[in-house]
Amino acid sequence: MYEEDEHEGTVKKFMYVNRKAPYGTIYALESLEVVLIGAAFDQDISMVFMDDGVYQLKKGQDTKATEIKNFSPTYRALEMYDVEKLYVSKDSMTERGLSEEDLIVPVEQLSAAEMSELMDEQDVVLSF
Amino acid sequence: MILHTVNKSPFEKNTLTSCLKHMKSGSSLLLIEDGIFGALDNTNFTAQISEAMKDVNVYVLEPDLNARGVQDSLLDGIKKVDYAGFVDLTTEHDTVDAWL
Repeated sequence: MYEEDEHEGTVKKFMYVNRKAPYGTIYALESLEVVLIGAAFDQDISMVFMDDGVYQLKKGQDTKATEIKNFSPTYRALEMYDVEKLYVSKDSMTERGLSEEDLIVPVEQLSAAEMSELMDEQDVVLSF
Repeated sequence: MILHTVNKSPFEKNTLTSCLKHMKSGSSLLLIEDGIFGALDNTNFTAQISEAMKDVNVYVLEPDLNARGVQDSLLDGIKKVDYAGFVDLTTEHDTVDAWL
């Protein structure tokens, strides 16, 4: 028997911290999969991109010659799943010579101090 | 001469730094997979690779560069190779040292 309020459980704040470049390892793709699962349960989701994780959002990814699937368009679809809080580390961008115009989605750039405040507010932090 | 390959991002592992330190003048380096982030302009590692290029040949695997969307940031002087070019480099050198 299912309870009537099955879908009205507690909403928790989930943060997904992405620190790896895409394609070299499976972390970036796996993180996306888990984020979409969380979104299906109507949780309060934030995605953070820091260190090489900022490269996940780089415009112009073309995987044709590698025969690997280009999953970067999925980041643009996150909005449809109400995943709208995307943050990048300002320091990580600077170290890599990247600016917001290089990214495929609108993001908010945070300093390390701002990032730690945001982390502190979360119920769950998952690192990829 | 040795062909060295590096497949790790210099931001994440010290593989590139260590490899460059052990390369003889005139030998070659091919950056592949996440190693291609060491071939870019305007990053914290640009100075290091630029300095190394005075003594060694640096190549980058183009499919891996394109996959990561950084094809427009390639540092001048680094030569792009495709998979066939990778094979050619392998046969042209006496040994391949695949740094992990």
